[in-house]
Amino acid sequence: MTQQRLLKGGRVVDPANGRDGVFDVLIDGDRIAEVGSNLPADGAEIIDVPAGLIVCPGLIDMHVHLREPGQEHKETVATGVAAAVAGGFTAVACMPNTRPVNDNAGVTQLILQKAREAGLARVYPIGAVSRGQQGEELADIAELRAAGCVAVTDDGLPVATAILARRALEYTSMFNMPLIEHCEDQTLKGDGVAHEGPVAASLGLRGIPGVAEAITAGRDILLAEMTGGHVHIAHMSAWTTIEAVRQGKSRGVNVTCEVCPHHFTLTDDLLAAPVAYDTNTKMNPPLREARDRDAMIAGIVDGTVDVIATDHAPHHYDEKNVEFDRAPFGIVGLETAVSITLDTLVRTGLITVSRMVELMSVNPARILRVAGGRLSPGDPADITILAPHLQVTIDKTKSISKSKNTPYHGWSFRGGVAATMVGGKTVYTNPATGMRL
Amino acid sequence: MLLLTKLGADVWVCAPATLIPAGLRQMGVRVTTRVDEAVEGADVIMMLRIQLERMQGGYFPSLREYFTTFGMTEERVRRARPDAIIMHPGPINRGVEIASEVADGSASVILDQVANGVAVRMAVLYLLAGGTEHEAVA
Repeated sequence: MTQQRLLKGGRVVDPANGRDGVFDVLIDGDRIAEVGSNLPADGAEIIDVPAGLIVCPGLIDMHVHLREPGQEHKETVATGVAAAVAGGFTAVACMPNTRPVNDNAGVTQLILQKAREAGLARVYPIGAVSRGQQGEELADIAELRAAGCVAVTDDGLPVATAILARRALEYTSMFNMPLIEHCEDQTLKGDGVAHEGPVAASLGLRGIPGVAEAITAGRDILLAEMTGGHVHIAHMSAWTTIEAVRQGKSRGVNVTCEVCPHHFTLTDDLLAAPVAYDTNTKMNPPLREARDRDAMIAGIVDGTVDVIATDHAPHHYDEKNVEFDRAPFGIVGLETAVSITLDTLVRTGLITVSRMVELMSVNPARILRVAGGRLSPGDPADITILAPHLQVTIDKTKSISKSKNTPYHGWSFRGGVAATMVGGKTVYTNPATGMRL
Repeated sequence: MLLLTKLGADVWVCAPATLIPAGLRQMGVRVTTRVDEAVEGADVIMMLRIQLERMQGGYFPSLREYFTTFGMTEERVRRARPDAIIMHPGPINRGVEIASEVADGSASVILDQVANGVAVRMAVLYLLAGGTEHEAVA
């Protein structure tokens, strides 16, 4: 007989099963056995969930950079998944811009092997669209799919040409996987380093206009409409992009999209103050204006946005500790996303906990066609326990990720993670929440 | 395709999505990108050559992946009827659209098809050039 555990008395929020209320969750080995009221213990190990905590299907971050192979000084699969579970994520999907690029089964298998060795969060590799991410010919996508890739993208860059994006949408449709697009017209982006607007102008930084993103998104939405393929627009930052997605969805196009916490909380004002030219405010796409930030929130509220993902992009201190122009784009995000979302969207009443679970668990699972996103009998016992009242102060010196490049250092949020469980095993517990596992 | 459907055959067309012409379904054939599904229970399997300009046109990643995903192997042929025949108008690309074991196997009628194809072309050219049936027999 496998080991049974009974999570007792928590508020279970499981929108896929229409559940939001106090229920017990019985776990049998690595699977959910039953969710119901006052389930009998029957020899199961009882885990009391303190009042006020929320039990939900494991959160899935569908956009992270684990940097292995090739850039292990920034992050490894092991440190990345440790940061993930501390941030409440039971699974992450990792981007292919490693060195070498994940454009073949060998790299995919290496990542999966490292993930098995680490044994914390599930890792879903994402393969490259084009060989070497060179934007010229398709990578061996059937081979990547067979090896375990759940999607393809040339993230870091857009799919280089319309014809390649067309072929990629047609080709991926055969393997039931999405094309994830980093939308950015390269000619409009040029050598820009910040959002094109008054702040960049006053700081003397070269700009990247919002429409650089929307133009590529528009191209891909039209191509998805023509081919019937599924395009997922990654890390939206501009109001014009979300407008293009909204229009596409209203026409029935197979398009989904994601927003990162920094794009629904921060604006480019942060580049000027309190610390001007802080390279931890430099990411791609860049922090934009209030109008853009507010459009992201509106899209989250009205249902246009499908997913909150972090675009966790670790960079070493030395790489970021340079002039703004020379610093690499990107910030870490795995350990801050839950606190930011609970505080700025849920506590404020903009969205419900249930909607948050849709954005961070149900929809990523649906888009990537992976298990999870719900707590039904037989599902993997991947569970996140949220502490919505926990006071959290972000301290980058305590971060578990190998890199510390966050603009949120010293910020306080109400809400955090109490515990994370993957396949019935406790992989993270925060004692400050009263949770004992 | 048009003739076979006119004569009542149940015709399936299988290719990578990147190579399937728009509107093919309107021609009365069934279209799939899953070769196993296309072969299932078939009386006849007819392969077509991947032309060089297709290979170089970026329609699929590599010849290796084309063969593993779409190539006609002995294993795939086993999904067809036991008496199914293998056709191909030639020239064949061994190890691309068809495995040598299948092309040279006992179910293959490829050489007959190619020989008949020559005779048919000769007849058509002869008649188009003004020849008569009588002279043709002579």
